[in-house]
Amino acid sequence: MFKKILIANRGEIACRVIKTARRMGIQTVAVYSDADARAPFVQMADEAVHIGPAPAAQSYLIADKIIAACKQTGAEAVHPGYGFLSERTSFAEALAAEGIEFIGPPVGAIAAMGDKIESKKLAKAAGVNVVPGFVGEIEDTEHAVRISNEIGYPVMMKASAGGGGKGMRLAYDEKDVREGFESVKREGLNSFGDDRVFIEKFILNPRHIEIQILGDKHGNILYLNERECSIQRRHQKVVEEAPSPFVTEKMRKAMGEQCVALSRAVGYYSAGTVELIVSGADPTGESFYFLEMNTRLQVEHPVTECITGIDLVEQMIRVAAGEKLEMTQDDVKIDGWAIENRVYAEDPYRGFLPSTGRLARYRPPVAGWEEDGAANGRRGINGVRVDDGVYEGGEVSMFYDPMIAKLITWGKTRDEAADLQVAALDAFEIEGLGHNIDFVSAIMQHPRFRSGELTTGFIAEEYPEGFTGTPASDDLKVKLAAVAGFVSTARSDRARRISGQLADPMDPPHDWTVTIAKTAYQVKILGNGVTVDGKPVDLAVEYSPGDAFLEAEVDGEDIGIKIANTRIGFKMTTRGAIHKVDCLPTRVAYLSQHMLEKTPPDLSRYLICPMPGLLVALHVQEGDKVESGQPLAVVEAMKMENILRAEKAGVIKSVNAKAGESLAVDAIILEME
Amino acid sequence: MSANIAEMEKRRSAARMGGGQARIDAQHARGKLTARERLEVLLDEGSFEETDLYVHHDCIDFGMESKQIPGDGVVTGSGTINGRLVYVYSQDFTVFGGSLSNRHAQKICKIMDTAMRVGAPVIGLNDSGGARIQEGVAALAGYAEVFQRNVLASGVVPQLSMIMGPCAGGAVYSPAMTDFIFMVKDSSYMFVTGPDVVKTVTNEVVTQEELGGAITHSTKTSVSDLALENDVEALLAARDFFDYLPLNNREAAPVRPSADPYDREEPSLDTIVPPNANQPYDMHEVLHKLLDEGDFFELQPSHAANVIIGFGRIEGQTVGIVANQPMVLAGVLDINSSKKAARFVRFCDAFNIPILTFEDVPGFLPGTDQEHNGIIKHGAKLLFAYAEATVPKITVITRKAYGGAYCVMSSKHLRGDLNYAWPTAEIAVMGAKGAVEIIFRGQDEEGMAAATKEYEDRFANPFVAASRGYIDEVIYPHSTRKRIALGLRKLRTKQLENPWKKHDNIPL
Repeated sequence: MFKKILIANRGEIACRVIKTARRMGIQTVAVYSDADARAPFVQMADEAVHIGPAPAAQSYLIADKIIAACKQTGAEAVHPGYGFLSERTSFAEALAAEGIEFIGPPVGAIAAMGDKIESKKLAKAAGVNVVPGFVGEIEDTEHAVRISNEIGYPVMMKASAGGGGKGMRLAYDEKDVREGFESVKREGLNSFGDDRVFIEKFILNPRHIEIQILGDKHGNILYLNERECSIQRRHQKVVEEAPSPFVTEKMRKAMGEQCVALSRAVGYYSAGTVELIVSGADPTGESFYFLEMNTRLQVEHPVTECITGIDLVEQMIRVAAGEKLEMTQDDVKIDGWAIENRVYAEDPYRGFLPSTGRLARYRPPVAGWEEDGAANGRRGINGVRVDDGVYEGGEVSMFYDPMIAKLITWGKTRDEAADLQVAALDAFEIEGLGHNIDFVSAIMQHPRFRSGELTTGFIAEEYPEGFTGTPASDDLKVKLAAVAGFVSTARSDRARRISGQLADPMDPPHDWTVTIAKTAYQVKILGNGVTVDGKPVDLAVEYSPGDAFLEAEVDGEDIGIKIANTRIGFKMTTRGAIHKVDCLPTRVAYLSQHMLEKTPPDLSRYLICPMPGLLVALHVQEGDKVESGQPLAVVEAMKMENILRAEKAGVIKSVNAKAGESLAVDAIILEME
Repeated sequence: MSANIAEMEKRRSAARMGGGQARIDAQHARGKLTARERLEVLLDEGSFEETDLYVHHDCIDFGMESKQIPGDGVVTGSGTINGRLVYVYSQDFTVFGGSLSNRHAQKICKIMDTAMRVGAPVIGLNDSGGARIQEGVAALAGYAEVFQRNVLASGVVPQLSMIMGPCAGGAVYSPAMTDFIFMVKDSSYMFVTGPDVVKTVTNEVVTQEELGGAITHSTKTSVSDLALENDVEALLAARDFFDYLPLNNREAAPVRPSADPYDREEPSLDTIVPPNANQPYDMHEVLHKLLDEGDFFELQPSHAANVIIGFGRIEGQTVGIVANQPMVLAGVLDINSSKKAARFVRFCDAFNIPILTFEDVPGFLPGTDQEHNGIIKHGAKLLFAYAEATVPKITVITRKAYGGAYCVMSSKHLRGDLNYAWPTAEIAVMGAKGAVEIIFRGQDEEGMAAATKEYEDRFANPFVAASRGYIDEVIYPHSTRKRIALGLRKLRTKQLENPWKKHDNIPL
């Protein structure tokens, strides 16, 4: 076994690898850029080597620097994590040339699977179902149209080297192909330096299901069941689970065996994932097709670990060290259900715009996952596991992936795992930047998610107008009202213990009127109990003034609530939404009926910068007439170009910013008449 | 006997109806509460004790002798806010439009005199059309009497003005001389001359809201310390605010129990100052993490936001906060921020409230606009205020403390009691680049770069200042709360007096 390994990655996955290595008694070396000098993975590792400035292209992506770090520290092997150099054959080759072991698959397999077109040919040859499509080079738009017509619409055009949602375009008819083909080519060239494009049939009710592969250098290859990752936003996975609610035992076996055959065909070892697209419209479960193979550890590997009890990182290290797998296919079982939510630094309330910056507050629901060696230890604490690489006071940098943490829950059943997610998300405190906690909580509670009727279009279909928070049930509102009354009484009681009073402190008010989403509740907090609208509520709350999070047991239900004060009540965040909870003594609430409802000013006249970023382009000038939906400006943030469009038709009255300017959030870019 | 009581009841109920149901309804329709309803929200339930309920005006001109409404347009008395005594007046817009008669003014003067004698704060709820024109000079005399009392009370008992309707002409000067002004958005405005006169005199067309609304006064002019959404919100805010204030200048700031440990560590503060000196960070986060329970009552948040002022608590006791805000204009001191902070420092000093200063200031703002508008005298206000203050003063330099602004911001030389610096502090005459351009004028680029590095190494740290004793200690950011709490404990018995004088002559 290795004595020392280097992790050529950062963030949560570097922490993840270090944990297992540490348990195995292997020393670890971290490499870090300027931006990560204070990051947890650097602190956790036994040694750390600085490898350059923040941009990945000048640090994490430079193989020579990684190899130099290995030599400097005497690391015998490199775990690449995911992303960065994990699927670069040149890196694996360079390591091999230096006699450093690559903790991953053989170079040949990476190369074979790295090309979307080549990999498909291989898959087909190995007997794996492939999506009907054109495998080969497409000459021009006319050729693309001919191919598309043959396959039948809808078709998907993809840049050959693409990934992560870039360089993909859907065409419903010939016109779409004519319009889109060139731009896919261009995106491929710009983003990946490769303008080859392929076209394939677009699958109906598509589900994204993938098979985890694990092999050793002795020819043993197993499939560790499937994961379903259908819930994606713009081709970015958001929710992953194992097993899949769609997959039957028979289907699992069929998929698993095909994927093992493919792996065998490329001489695979280590961990890998074969991504399949499955038509949910075919109840037989036979419509699954090869999509691609990822020759690395996946972000979502923890759900597999939870249900199989297998530590994938440990297996990768053992395989790299030449050990034989100790298990056989028969040993691979499914125990319970695991769900992973990716907590991203993006704001669902503002169109999922990326949001980077300082984590002013960061309190995960349980301490970061510790590898304790027990098989079920991979299920975290009471079924809640947090894989993260950030800390309160740290930064979510614009230079890297906007993922803040992975929240994994394990339960005996799918519902149990989803319920655990909701509770854990309620307790997950992140402040300082926008995040998607409320959004993923909404998904976890969504009836369609619970039914298991997923497709990759889930988010687009269920949230066509964007996300405004999970609607609160009447039951939840009553419970929040009771909590608000209790907290208000506690706060008033404390306020009445101030020094300098005329007489003994008075009793705090116990009659509250709580208003949530225009519904008013009469809450009485009395010594012998609490009532809401006259009905007794069984309430136990742990709260002292200043708490930002409280746990309440209301009528037998445990609710975690993030709470902040407003001038007339609270902002309570729970169950996937921010609730404005006004709470006034009833005698005051009676008077507040006279307060006028104010309509917020109409901001649609203004084009407002939705995030801090660079104004790359401004398409209009003063006096221009614009149509609704017309692109007005482009703001770059997190290396993503965001097109800002006119909310309505009108004439540009004034322009307040110039291209090339760095803009703050909410800066007014232009005003319409 | 019962007849007498019945008569009293009758008179009471009549008085309590103010200008009658129709006017009360009109007041409500505008989203405004009546004078008495406002007091119900402001004061503890049942605590209001009214005085001068039966006072009426003595005007006999223009048929006024036949128009008598008991109370004469203002409700006065005393009550408690969380058990603590406060004197209040609340103008009743339903009675003669809340206009100020001589008797109306006398009622206000009476409670102010009592408040002064007993040492209790005064809160005035303003909602008045102006002087009772029918009374002529008698009404003006009334204003002046109130003004005189505002001035005498200044620095003796805290005075808070709530502007909850019109406040125009001479009426503005009473609130202007109180310590704090809260305004209600959309329903209150303050100006010396209204839009009609403005139009006649200058031909300028302007709305009441633009000329003197809550937004205007809380962003542009700084006349208002806070703009609130409506009456209820404003009055509840006033209750919260009152809990920070001492009752008078002879008492210590109030203490409210808090479960927040005095030695709570905040490891995340160790990373709040970015490695790059040009990168801003939010000083609010520092305050939020240091003060009890994260509670900070900010004043003038939308005016001169390059300096932050407001109240918080440490170990339950009120402290005044002055902090440079690197997020706005890099935290520079300019005319508006100097004035804003200076007046706040003087309030704290007058009322025994310890002052915590958080410093990250690149200096005073250069430019003709600032110079020609008198930054010299305005900047001097803040310097003067800090220098004369005798309350406990604790300063934490988080990053930049450059030039004259270093001296101003409660430095050791201005009798700072405890002057701490974070390890990220840079205490120098100016930034390294600027300094080197002066010291090594005419050097080549390479030489300049080397000199800049040298200057940075020498001064971009707190240790040169500390070696001279200008900094008492360089502290871990994460232990700042503990340092401050311990410091305040030890400074509780601080005794310091300025030389006797009639009063000072601050550069106004």
